[in-house]
Amino acid sequence: MLSAEALSALALSLKVAALAMAVALPLALTAGYGLARWRFPGKGLVTVLVYLPLVLPPVVTGYLLLIIFGPNGAIGRWLEQSLGLVLAFRWTGAALAAGVMAFPLLVRPIALAFAAVDKRLEDAAGTLGAKPGIVFFTLTLPLAAPGIFAGVALGFAKALGEFGATITFAANIPGETRTLALAVHTALQRPDGDMLAIGLSLIALSVGALAVGLSEFAASRIRGDRRA
Amino acid sequence: MTAVLEVDVQHRAGGFALDVGASAGDGVTALFGRSGAGKSTLVGMIAGLVKPATGRIVLNDRVLFDSKNGINLPAPQRRVGVVFQEARLFPHLSVRRNLLYGQWAGGRRDAPDLGAVCSLLGLDAILERSPDTLSGGEAQRVAIGRALLSAPDILLLDEPLSQLDGARRADILPWLDRLAHEAGTPIVYVSHAFDEITRLADNLIVISDGGVLASGPVEEVISRIDLGPATGRHEAGSLLRGEIIGHDETYGLTRLSLDGANLTVPAIAAPAGTAVRLRIRARDVALALEPPAKISVRNIIPVTIAEIALEEGPFAEVLTKIGEQNLRVRITRRSAEELGLAPGAHAYALIKSVAIVRRALARS
Repeated sequence: MLSAEALSALALSLKVAALAMAVALPLALTAGYGLARWRFPGKGLVTVLVYLPLVLPPVVTGYLLLIIFGPNGAIGRWLEQSLGLVLAFRWTGAALAAGVMAFPLLVRPIALAFAAVDKRLEDAAGTLGAKPGIVFFTLTLPLAAPGIFAGVALGFAKALGEFGATITFAANIPGETRTLALAVHTALQRPDGDMLAIGLSLIALSVGALAVGLSEFAASRIRGDRRA
Repeated sequence: MTAVLEVDVQHRAGGFALDVGASAGDGVTALFGRSGAGKSTLVGMIAGLVKPATGRIVLNDRVLFDSKNGINLPAPQRRVGVVFQEARLFPHLSVRRNLLYGQWAGGRRDAPDLGAVCSLLGLDAILERSPDTLSGGEAQRVAIGRALLSAPDILLLDEPLSQLDGARRADILPWLDRLAHEAGTPIVYVSHAFDEITRLADNLIVISDGGVLASGPVEEVISRIDLGPATGRHEAGSLLRGEIIGHDETYGLTRLSLDGANLTVPAIAAPAGTAVRLRIRARDVALALEPPAKISVRNIIPVTIAEIALEEGPFAEVLTKIGEQNLRVRITRRSAEELGLAPGAHAYALIKSVAIVRRALARS
């Protein structure tokens, strides 16, 4: 039913989104916890940076990534020279673009979930002998888990369908960076591409609906579970 | 009394000043004070959740806090168990996992046996339940068990019954009674409910306006007549220790001996020789200069007047002695004047009703 081209685009999208989430999640956990719990100078600036990709034109985000992580970018050149890692125009670069674009959607529910964890429970855990790190992993993290799932579902869906930043930073290379959204775009450029575009769009639609549904379900668990 | 816990702290937060010097020994030490007197702040300081401005806190010769030497042990290292007003059970863990938290997450390996604590607090039937299915009283019992199972050197109970309604409170009091007598861990019991304190406590510390107003054995402090404003008049009374000397099966009565004086009370289901603790409210006692005849009151006990406090209103508070024990009496100012009561005078206390607050089981 699905053409090899469509399957390849779907498989690539899943790979890109998975890598994006794997790298972004630890950062999002740190950012979400920090924004919810810590007070530090420059917190406003960090908040702006975290949520900026949500409102910036994706093509601008992609262009900024190119400036920073491209072959001539400060970090890009360093990565290539010291680690031999090239991001621009590679699938890993597509993952970077997708991860940056998905980051705000990932952080928001996580920050809300951490903020909703009752600190008095953590105090109680402390009096029972548990050190702060142990309290985080036995109490705070499990209690915030629904919010983390919600963030991952949303972020994964966003990463799967990212277009603007990806095409700008990683280009549209078949089999390397032509993800689902880029494949739809390419199909629409072709006179006979309608059926392919419809098929790909249906895939994107179902994956997106599933992710939002899962995210909402997880979010409802945050509200329902909170009890001191 | 050997002090287990010694506290000397000064603190100021938002127009509220706290300056408390107190100590607690074995058994149950009640910390009494009206709402806002600083009791919970004090609990937080002992537990390591609130940092005092200055002072020193020592538990079993371990310095928990010392502002002079910059010592402030973090909560996990203090070994101070706390039961908060709300149970604060961990909602994602079963009752069993909650109870054992101090062991698997807190690394407290020397904890008492789970089975022993469960039977002490009646938790066997609810071990696999989720905290959100528990009643308020059950949740509080789990919280007590969880604190006990973290092998604390001292247990702080911060108004553990204040969130429960009357029936639930009555349910849990007997468990607390057992805890006080059988757990072996020293307990600081924070409360503003007199019935709980008289039933559970051995020693009493009265906190008022951020400072210690009085402290000592509960019988002594409760009968002190200068504490009226802090403890409340209506409930004012005395705690006395007595011993069962016999029963009158025909009439359903029990005879007690209080330092040689005899007292008859409604039957207590305990054998002769059992030590009991009685609560006698000041307003249930009358005074006479001669033993009255032909009177329904059974208990006519010779006393010595120790102290008289005449008040602004119509009442006078009289502190009398039965042997070494204090009996507080509330009469009208007019009666006090007409009888010509004065310290050192002999009189007879007519005691109408007596509440048995506790059978002193292990101690006394």
